[in-house]
Amino acid sequence: MTAASCPDPATLEPRRRREVLRQSVSVGVATGAYGISFGALSVAAGLSLWQTMALSALLFSGGSQFALVGIVAAGGSGLAAVATSSLLGIRNGLYGLQVARILDLRGSRRAAAAQLTIDESTAVAVAQPEHAAARLGFWATGLAVFALWNLMTLAGALLGDLLGDPQRYGLDAAAAAAFCALLWPRLKNVETRAVAGVAALAALLVAPHAPAGIPVLVAALAAVVAGLRRPGLRRASR
Amino acid sequence: MSLWLTVLLASAIAFALKVAGYVVPHTWLDGPRIARMTSMLPVALLAALVAVQAFTTSGGSFVLDARAGAVAVAVVALALRAPFLVVVVLAAATAAALRALGWAA
Repeated sequence: MTAASCPDPATLEPRRRREVLRQSVSVGVATGAYGISFGALSVAAGLSLWQTMALSALLFSGGSQFALVGIVAAGGSGLAAVATSSLLGIRNGLYGLQVARILDLRGSRRAAAAQLTIDESTAVAVAQPEHAAARLGFWATGLAVFALWNLMTLAGALLGDLLGDPQRYGLDAAAAAAFCALLWPRLKNVETRAVAGVAALAALLVAPHAPAGIPVLVAALAAVVAGLRRPGLRRASR
Repeated sequence: MSLWLTVLLASAIAFALKVAGYVVPHTWLDGPRIARMTSMLPVALLAALVAVQAFTTSGGSFVLDARAGAVAVAVVALALRAPFLVVVVLAAATAAALRALGWAA
């Protein structure tokens, strides 16, 4: 990274810098631990070690990867696996609209940033009030998750599920709690709180009736559009 | 479709989708209303994601289990201004304890 993409350390006080890095590493560790499960599951589904590693390095999006190997394991067609994986991946493109604005990159660094644009890196970035912290949070979280996710995928693929079911350790709840904690400061704004609440409720209503990936997209887009149309909420946010 | 083709095609589409967000011309997103939408979108997506992750079965039906208990504990901890790591560890411990005790799935 050069000065163009790296947050200027002078603009971020050391205390904030440590805080952002601590969040990034925690999210990286909690997410990375799931890589063991993915690696073990993928090999059990019949993918080779190299195919499993290719998914973690190239596809690099947990939800899509689990869905893809799940469909392969269940004997589904390759086309169905690709379609479901892609539906779950649309979210990352929508994150990119805002993350691109925060990072403001060109060329190969932009391709690297795109590859690292996932739930976790976006959540840590948009949780930061300052620009420099948002950039640091994005890169630190993206790189921490990428490194640990790939390392743990390899471990899982070679050795099987060492830890057993990650749910036994509450890792699924840790992920949900981390996202709650990252969203929390943004919810002080009345309008944002309304949009987040509507999105969450709508997702739960749509979830039983739509394929994986769709409920989150539909709910979030509907909430954002509805939130911006209500003049009362717009005034309240000013 | 061979497994390799499945893996590489899914990876290529995933990358194309990620890149799509970066190559949308800035001028398309410059209006104040669109700018506010794109800044609100990650929050809405993540809120919807948390709801689905914490409160639905793999089939998408609503369910209250150990994850709901853990998120409730996390929200209380956040309201009490607990630091990030404490919130995450408390939530994991809550879910693990509820499952170990057999009080929730």
